[in-house]
Amino acid sequence: MIQARVAALGLEVEFQAAAGITALFGPAGAGKTLILDAIAGLLTPRAGRIILDDEILFDGASRLNRPPRLRHCGYVARHWALFPHMSLRDNLQFPLTHLARLERRRRVKEMLERFSLHEAAPRRPHAVSPAERLRCVFARALIGEPKLLLVDEPSSGMDIALRAEWHTILRRVREETGLPVLLSTRDLETCFELANNMLLLNAGRLLQTGPPRKVLDQPASVQAARLLGIRNLFPAEIVALDPGRNTSRLRLEAFELTGHYFPGRLLGDRVWLCVQPGELRVGPHDGSKPQSNQVALRLERALEMPRSVRLEFAGAIVADIARPDFELQKDNKEWLVEFPPRALRVL
Amino acid sequence: MSLDPLWLSLRYAGLATLLSIPPGMLLAYILARREFPGRDLLDAAANLPLVLPPAVLIYYLLSALRRWPVAFSWDWAVALSTIYTLPLLMRMSRASLAAVDHSFENAARCLGASELRVFWWITTPLAWRGLLAAMLAGLARAVADFGLTAIVIINSKDTAQTFALLLLIGVAVLAALYAGNRLQRGRAPA
Repeated sequence: MIQARVAALGLEVEFQAAAGITALFGPAGAGKTLILDAIAGLLTPRAGRIILDDEILFDGASRLNRPPRLRHCGYVARHWALFPHMSLRDNLQFPLTHLARLERRRRVKEMLERFSLHEAAPRRPHAVSPAERLRCVFARALIGEPKLLLVDEPSSGMDIALRAEWHTILRRVREETGLPVLLSTRDLETCFELANNMLLLNAGRLLQTGPPRKVLDQPASVQAARLLGIRNLFPAEIVALDPGRNTSRLRLEAFELTGHYFPGRLLGDRVWLCVQPGELRVGPHDGSKPQSNQVALRLERALEMPRSVRLEFAGAIVADIARPDFELQKDNKEWLVEFPPRALRVL
Repeated sequence: MSLDPLWLSLRYAGLATLLSIPPGMLLAYILARREFPGRDLLDAAANLPLVLPPAVLIYYLLSALRRWPVAFSWDWAVALSTIYTLPLLMRMSRASLAAVDHSFENAARCLGASELRVFWWITTPLAWRGLLAAMLAGLARAVADFGLTAIVIINSKDTAQTFALLLLIGVAVLAALYAGNRLQRGRAPA
């Protein structure tokens, strides 16, 4: 369990993280690495307090600041930093000098087995494959039995295979050790695959916290929605609200939509309407009059995505549909886009 | 021809270089990696011997020690040469220590290493080429200093021999500097 309140270099955040993987998600420059560095002790915050389990690592008020070597944090930094002048085995031994030789051997052997590094062990980092280097970095961070693992995702240079390896290792760490892990990432898919919780960061501020699914389904603000890459965001006005029938009516620039009742909103509120691209229903427009919540739109572009097709309509409305569905109706010019009431969210 | 002056100068220059390594490395590390008030002043002071003419510096030193005038002795010569070798060695070691990527040192700290251990097991081995080159440059400088002195003291009458010795010393200095440069160029893959 880590609790941190940190103020440094334009950063101001406060959060707790328990066992399992907590993802720090945000764009470059959001302060993810600063947070990890502050917890590891590589950076001294201006103010705040960092507590790991029951131990105070940093306290601005009483000027307590433990040096990194006494913090018991494993840190997989962005550059990995395997010592280039040592073999992988020596890299693993480096954190263990305080132990007796037999114990040291035992632990190194165990780690080499766990991360299948036996063949690579006598070689130096530049002589082994990137996947082996990656496994060795994690093994080295874990071998000293830290109380917390900090993981900074490399900003570039991870191909698909290496990223898969990265995910596998993190998943294994989560399952085998039960260690709290703080993972900095710019990839939403990584958050969904691995994280129990995510902290949404922008420009040194915490925008939202919660399980990834919940954060994506219900962004706390327009800013949060934009950071999450949500494409369909439209300014709207609430023109009708009926709690009895659980309905509401939203006026957008060009059309009106019917949704469920929005608790806590007032008639006449200016809000942002947010619809996930995958929740829109699209079909061919046969010229008949659109029904309720259906809008006839012209398709401007269709983009091939790895797992779906992204349709961009006039008015910056974006819908994702499965590739076979698109193949059936790709000759359409006019489309009918339906906004299901339960897909409408206001921010 | 007698090679005594050459051996003498090599021996004493070697001694002066050895003596300047511990303080030179310490200064280099402190200036390359630590932030503290008065750092720039220390930096300037450590570089002083590099810019002051030797006569001026020696005059200061000897006046301060109230040993003026002093008779020539090898002990004194080694001590003074150390002062001259130190800034050169310090500057070059500092550059190569500063070039070591911080992330390696930080990784070592997070893995529980003390500052001394980080310096000894991470920074120094990663900078060894530069450090060795710095030592060679320091040695070259000291050899040149001593060569002149040795020739004046031992062998001032025979001009032909003096010329030959000067040439030899020049070649030795050139060789040391060349070896240092080659070392620094052949960086190990990171």
